[in-house]
Amino acid sequence: MDFVLYLGKKFLLTVILLLGIALITFSLTKALPGDPALALVGERASPATIAAIRKQIGADKPFLVQYVDYVKMISRGELGRSYFTRREVLDELKQKFPNTMRLALLAMALALPAGLALGFLAAMQRGRPLGEALNSISIVGISVPVFFSGLLIMLFASLELKLFPPAGTGGTEFLILPAITLSLPSIATLSKVSRTSALEVMGLPFIKTARAKGISEFRVMAVHIFRNAIIPIVTVAGLDFGSYLNGAVLTETIFGWDGIGRYSVEGVMRRDYPVVLGTVLAGTVIFIVINMLVDIAYHVLDPRVRVYGR
Amino acid sequence: MGVKAKVSAAILVFIVAASLLAPLFYHYSPHRIDLDHIKTSPGFSHLFGTDQEGRDVLARVLEGAKISIGVSLLAAISAMVIGLAVGVVSGYAGGKVDTALMAFVDLILAFPSLLLAIGISVVLPPGMFTVMIAIAAVGWASFARLARGYVLGIRDAQYVEAARAIGCGRYRVLFAHILPQCMPLALTMLTLKIGGFIITEASLSFLGLGAQPPVATWGGMISSGRAYLETAPWISVFPGIAIALTTFCFNALGDALAKN
Repeated sequence: MDFVLYLGKKFLLTVILLLGIALITFSLTKALPGDPALALVGERASPATIAAIRKQIGADKPFLVQYVDYVKMISRGELGRSYFTRREVLDELKQKFPNTMRLALLAMALALPAGLALGFLAAMQRGRPLGEALNSISIVGISVPVFFSGLLIMLFASLELKLFPPAGTGGTEFLILPAITLSLPSIATLSKVSRTSALEVMGLPFIKTARAKGISEFRVMAVHIFRNAIIPIVTVAGLDFGSYLNGAVLTETIFGWDGIGRYSVEGVMRRDYPVVLGTVLAGTVIFIVINMLVDIAYHVLDPRVRVYGR
Repeated sequence: MGVKAKVSAAILVFIVAASLLAPLFYHYSPHRIDLDHIKTSPGFSHLFGTDQEGRDVLARVLEGAKISIGVSLLAAISAMVIGLAVGVVSGYAGGKVDTALMAFVDLILAFPSLLLAIGISVVLPPGMFTVMIAIAAVGWASFARLARGYVLGIRDAQYVEAARAIGCGRYRVLFAHILPQCMPLALTMLTLKIGGFIITEASLSFLGLGAQPPVATWGGMISSGRAYLETAPWISVFPGIAIALTTFCFNALGDALAKN
């Protein structure tokens, strides 16, 4: 019951958060120096045409009225139409969202096992050369920007070895390289967190007890340490999803993957405000939903954590 | 401090010194176009080769270092100042002020940061200053969270109580007694954050939202070299290595500081 209450509270906060973000992004796009009406019809259009376009997209009304109109529209479940393609932003998002999800999920499917394995290995090898090396590698992982590692991966795997197509949208063969690219910084973060978390649990008395019972080292690692170390890792993995959204912006742009990230960059470049607003709102919703799922996972994994208490 | 941190610090000093002193000892200009020598591969005359317009890549990487590190450092310092101010006030004031400020901090932290930075870079006229503002506007929130947590821990400490008891005003307690205690932590965070800020700066310039040509930026160089990836990979690869190396050194240094 308490948990339901907690979720309800969280949901209310989410709505407030979304309204706030809508207001911020909305003000940002309204503060833009470029005029979308001009961008649509070109500099040489007659003043009458420009005025007509402004009226059509509602740019002639006062700011607050525009914001209220915008919020009303969102609450009807619409996000408006792109100034350029005249297509519904929501429809475009619905069409592109599965692509971004496929990319993010595959990247996470690669990052989770790799990050966990590297992190636990680094924890077991602590103070030895291998452990130190793994530690440095994880710093390398967060130090290389995805648009650079992406280009290198594209250069070797696609242009040199011709294993995969360099760019485009389609089947799994197009998905592998961007997913590997996107997973790299995440592998680094996850291995770092797994290492810290495993080391912390390893120092606790019950591990000594487990060892003293004569359980095999593998079983100590896999059952006793792993189960207790996993909780902070789940949190970070969930929070890291926000960085996937960031990474998707760049990765999708480089690999020409038709997802929300590339869509938002296109929107920004063309000053297509409904697209920018729509992608930012959608990105925020995705992020919040994932955060809530992480909270629930937390609750299931560790009954000691009474997130809803206090 | 370990060997890794010392080496990282040395490399950073070397990169900064080289980028600042480059005009004095390096005879190639980062802006001189030389169409007779386009896409020369790395060699004795051009250590890092030349780009599609015959400009020396090493000279451009060095100029990029000045821009990238300079912008990120200034952004990090601004973010730290704003974050500390908000965090210290929030932690010390507590109650509703704390709740409201932290809700705002969470809002910023929840936002996919690159999207927000892109948004800001589009609103303001493109350039170094804009990038700095965009990074600082996103980056201050984590400093605020950190400072607030720390202040919560020390606000009832005896020396703070003593300061209040001898009649120090609220601002004196905050800025003369509590703030200095936060500095070591904030400076460690600063070192750890600069790496990420360099990557954000490079990402924005990669998308064409950073310092504008003819100024050389690492992200911009990688972006313009994309078209020649197969025939002249060095145009993109050297600035990429520069980003990775600099960021790595800052992160390694920050890690070492955090451990102390």
